[in-house]
Amino acid sequence: MSDNLDISHVARLARLKLSEEEAAEFTPQLQTIISHIDSLSELDVSGVEPSAHSSPVFAIPRLDEPGVSLSQESLEQIAPAFTQEQVRVPRVVES
Amino acid sequence: MLNTKTITDLKEGYSKGDFTPADVVKTLDKSIEEKDGEINAFISRDTEQALEAASKADTSLPLGGVPIAIKDNINVIGEPCTCASQFLKGAYKAPYNATIINKLLAAGAIPFGRANLDEFAMGSSTENSSFHKTKNPHDLSRIPGGSSGGSAACVGGDLAIAALGSDTGGSIRQPASHCGVVGFKPSYGRVSRYGLVAFASSLDQIGPLTKSVTDAALLTNVLAGHDPMDSTSLKIETPDFTQGINDGVAGKKIGVPKEYMDGDLHPAVKEAVQSAIKALEKEGAEIVEVSLPHTKYCVPTYYILAPAEASSNLSRFDGVRYGNRSTDVTDVLSMYENSREEGFGSEVKRRILLGTYVLSSGYYDAYYIKAQKVRTLIMQDFTKVFQVVDAIIAPVSPDPARKIGENDGDPLKEYLADIFTIAANLAGIPAISVPCGTASVDGKELPIGLQVLGPYLEDQTVFQVARAWEALYQD
Repeated sequence: MSDNLDISHVARLARLKLSEEEAAEFTPQLQTIISHIDSLSELDVSGVEPSAHSSPVFAIPRLDEPGVSLSQESLEQIAPAFTQEQVRVPRVVES
Repeated sequence: MLNTKTITDLKEGYSKGDFTPADVVKTLDKSIEEKDGEINAFISRDTEQALEAASKADTSLPLGGVPIAIKDNINVIGEPCTCASQFLKGAYKAPYNATIINKLLAAGAIPFGRANLDEFAMGSSTENSSFHKTKNPHDLSRIPGGSSGGSAACVGGDLAIAALGSDTGGSIRQPASHCGVVGFKPSYGRVSRYGLVAFASSLDQIGPLTKSVTDAALLTNVLAGHDPMDSTSLKIETPDFTQGINDGVAGKKIGVPKEYMDGDLHPAVKEAVQSAIKALEKEGAEIVEVSLPHTKYCVPTYYILAPAEASSNLSRFDGVRYGNRSTDVTDVLSMYENSREEGFGSEVKRRILLGTYVLSSGYYDAYYIKAQKVRTLIMQDFTKVFQVVDAIIAPVSPDPARKIGENDGDPLKEYLADIFTIAANLAGIPAISVPCGTASVDGKELPIGLQVLGPYLEDQTVFQVARAWEALYQD
């Protein structure tokens, strides 16, 4: 399957803008790794249930009780851009 | 020298009035000044703050006045938490405490020093830190292991009494092994992950790196316990992990997996583990050869699941709410792509790409779901073995610490060395690394670790067997 690796497609999905040098460096490395992980294909896993976790822990919601949360001031201090009590980002919707 | 002492020593010294927490912080600060220019275990430290905490320390508390170094992927309010990444460097100060930091503070501990790591805990050498490479205190030309390499090197180099690390595929145990200290990964769900920057959520656990097994148990007593802020945190009682720790191994059945001992092991590692086996047998343990038939599939399974989870977890680093935002931005997409391109190092990018690939349309079932099924088989291997034995002993790493730069450009070679530590994370079971000898290489004595693995939630058994070996080794 490693021959099918289209690194620019995967980088786009991952929201990474790779340089040409990085793409050239990573492609053979990832192909080698993918060839290795392909060894799982020799195992017959029919009838085996997948495990997302090692223990039977599933999302356990907390009680819906109001509590103290992070303050806007503390978030403003770490936000790259903050205006009018909101995180500012480039325009998302075309005018 | 106060910097060489254990937590147990400090507690005794404080109670007798031999020295004070401030004396310990000052001694550590001095040894960091003297030695960390070479070892580079730390990213930052705030000595003034630690001294202030030391002056107010209540030494009657379980960890009263004990300085603990913190891996720099754990949030401490008001402090940077860089994850050794350019993405978070300078731009981020934690707006909250990780639950385990609150627990440490409540127990009287003094967080002191932020330990270096592989960027976002991805690596086994601490060479992937975007700040500096940490050196092995036993041989400065070699790696300390990773990803908690800074935590292991500061304890091994006597720049800290104890440290916290995180272990996703061996990131506490392998550096502990390379630096000659004790490193413990608790059962999954014992210790809250809230405030630990997530790498692979189904595998990550926080744990201690210490100078003795008893110290590791003492720290785990404080770290463990249910946390409503972490939905994978177990709602179970926390035992006293020091209880029964000195009870020895007489009558215990200990398994030795043939797949581990028959593998490609450095002769000194094999010899050290075999002599530990013989010594434990002499103490009355029954040694049983066991089989973990899916061992060879651990690395491929892990390097599907961990990058898959990482690619999802690291999508939060998008330049919107915190961390790096590129100045080269024309629209939202370029903000994401350029902020991430600038902020992440090579290994993080490789793993995000790999994780994205195995989760992408057309490959999801063949890789991700398949790996989850093999994870079930790996877990079943352990379940079967633990029906027969109380604990397993094994090597931690196939080789002593390698030279810095030796695996540059060959990530697969690096991944394959994780073979003995990954299984405990996939199965969620507790495991510890405890010193068990040295290998003479190039005129240096390089530490070797012995791994003890126990059944899920049988953390106490792991401490007990590890302590039995430690007592024999120290004699």
